[in-house]
Amino acid sequence: MAGQTYLDIVRDGLWNNNQPLVALLGMCPLLATTTSATNGLGMGIATTAVLTGSNLVVSLIRHLVRPEIRLPVFVLIIASFVTAVDLSMQAWFFELYKVLGIFIPLIVVNCIIIGRAEAFAVKNPPLRAVVDGLAMGAGMTLVLMVLGGLREFVGQGTLFAQADLMLGAVGKALMVNLGSDFHGAILAILPPGAFIFLGLLIALKNLIDKRVKQRQAAPAKATPTDAEPQAAG
Amino acid sequence: MTGVVVSSPHVPRVNRVDRVMLQVILALIPGTLVMTWYFGWGLLINMALAVTFAVAAEAAVMHLRGRPALSTVTDLSAVVTALLLAIAIPPTLPWWLTLVGVLFAIVVVKQLYGGLGYNPFNPAMAAYVFLLISWPVAMTTWLPPHMLTDHPLSLVESLQAIFLSTPPGGTWDAISAATPLGEMRNQLGENRMISEIRQSPLWGDFGGRGWEWVGNWFLVGGLYLVWKRIITWHIPVAFIAGMLFVAGTLWALDAQTHPFPAFHLFSGGAILGAFFIATDPVTACTTKKGQLIFGAAIGALVVVIRTWGGYPDAVAFAVLLMNIAAPTIDYYTQPRVYGHAGGSK
Repeated sequence: MAGQTYLDIVRDGLWNNNQPLVALLGMCPLLATTTSATNGLGMGIATTAVLTGSNLVVSLIRHLVRPEIRLPVFVLIIASFVTAVDLSMQAWFFELYKVLGIFIPLIVVNCIIIGRAEAFAVKNPPLRAVVDGLAMGAGMTLVLMVLGGLREFVGQGTLFAQADLMLGAVGKALMVNLGSDFHGAILAILPPGAFIFLGLLIALKNLIDKRVKQRQAAPAKATPTDAEPQAAG
Repeated sequence: MTGVVVSSPHVPRVNRVDRVMLQVILALIPGTLVMTWYFGWGLLINMALAVTFAVAAEAAVMHLRGRPALSTVTDLSAVVTALLLAIAIPPTLPWWLTLVGVLFAIVVVKQLYGGLGYNPFNPAMAAYVFLLISWPVAMTTWLPPHMLTDHPLSLVESLQAIFLSTPPGGTWDAISAATPLGEMRNQLGENRMISEIRQSPLWGDFGGRGWEWVGNWFLVGGLYLVWKRIITWHIPVAFIAGMLFVAGTLWALDAQTHPFPAFHLFSGGAILGAFFIATDPVTACTTKKGQLIFGAAIGALVVVIRTWGGYPDAVAFAVLLMNIAAPTIDYYTQPRVYGHAGGSK
């Protein structure tokens, strides 16, 4: 841990230790709120805000809290941030807040946040904890947005529909619509679609990792090992 | 005469996958012919399309997985999946929906889980549910049987409907009709009584006219499979018993709001499901006791979902639900091994 550079932390968060795709944490918001790219992005930003804040505070108080009571303290800290985010969204993004509904308060039980507090923030100085929070949050936001975008596109033929709720004029420009003639697979927006597309995303990540590893191994060894012909996943 | 000494057991090897699948295909013939007679060429066109897509998809995935494609394709399991799906979908379904359904069945439901023998769900039924939930309008646009329409589709019109999505004579509404199960459901939803509903010329002796005969002839194919010992009697008999029990109880309670049991049996996919779909050796239970539970539960669930669920027919949903439960049922119904103490554990 100590040997990690900031670049390593960012790389871990975005790819190598990507929380939804590698650790399979945060499944509840991941599967439930990714019915559109906008929802995914909103949920991702809210989670990132909470994660960064809680990582910072946990890191600051890491020498003050006795190990026996650390978990209740972490939960209190996280709950405070979630309440703050919840109220802010009600104040400034009320439409999006209505769409995401119960899942904003439920960020408090998102395993990623307590997981990073326990695994990283409590062992590292504040700046590193903040970078970790931002990187992990960005990694999750990316997955949420891609998954939401895929499901939205396959399901109803749009991308970033209702993005103006969050981003205003910029959101309007982002919107893509294939028109009402598009007969999408409604299943993609329903819960089974979330599982299927998440599985495909994980398979894709594993495939890319394998290819990269093979390419790195190729110059070293004359014959790249072909022991596993199936695509991992 | 040259005597070749052959040691016992003197039984032919019938349990090869391709021979079993070939028998299943043979058994589908009577029902398919009757269905073509009543509903037109669409079924045969869909079958040809589905089989082509399925074989191509299977070969492509085997190639990607670096496994021999030929032996897998020639075991005919993909062909059977494609045929069952083609029978389940409407005969005028646009070709690309058939393609999507077959790809889902072969690539996602079958091969992503490891191929034949590893898939927890029946590929044809999973694909059917996938199509039904995703494209509800196209998947419920059924033609009426030929004697109830003044415009049965010709071969060319069927091809146009499938490949160009152009309904003959203007609109789909003009030539499509509710299925007997859908009709029964709609009429009951309007608080009509069964005796009143059955006044319509739509109805035959058991189910809808035309439809019930499709069921009967799939029954013939199913009995052929039992006779050939491709399937055992346990699942179909339990399926029918479970269905008749629940439907009979409801009917006995109130015969004006619940159709009589034979209606359930000869409507929709019940017979096809009992003999051809629930008996899929990969996704069904393997113990005899387990098969009885498995079949009865599917039969009961079909009536329950048809009566209180959101869709007119329920065979696919019931089969998929029990597919999930099959390993657990098998676990608790292990037969006691002779000589070992205690029952199943």
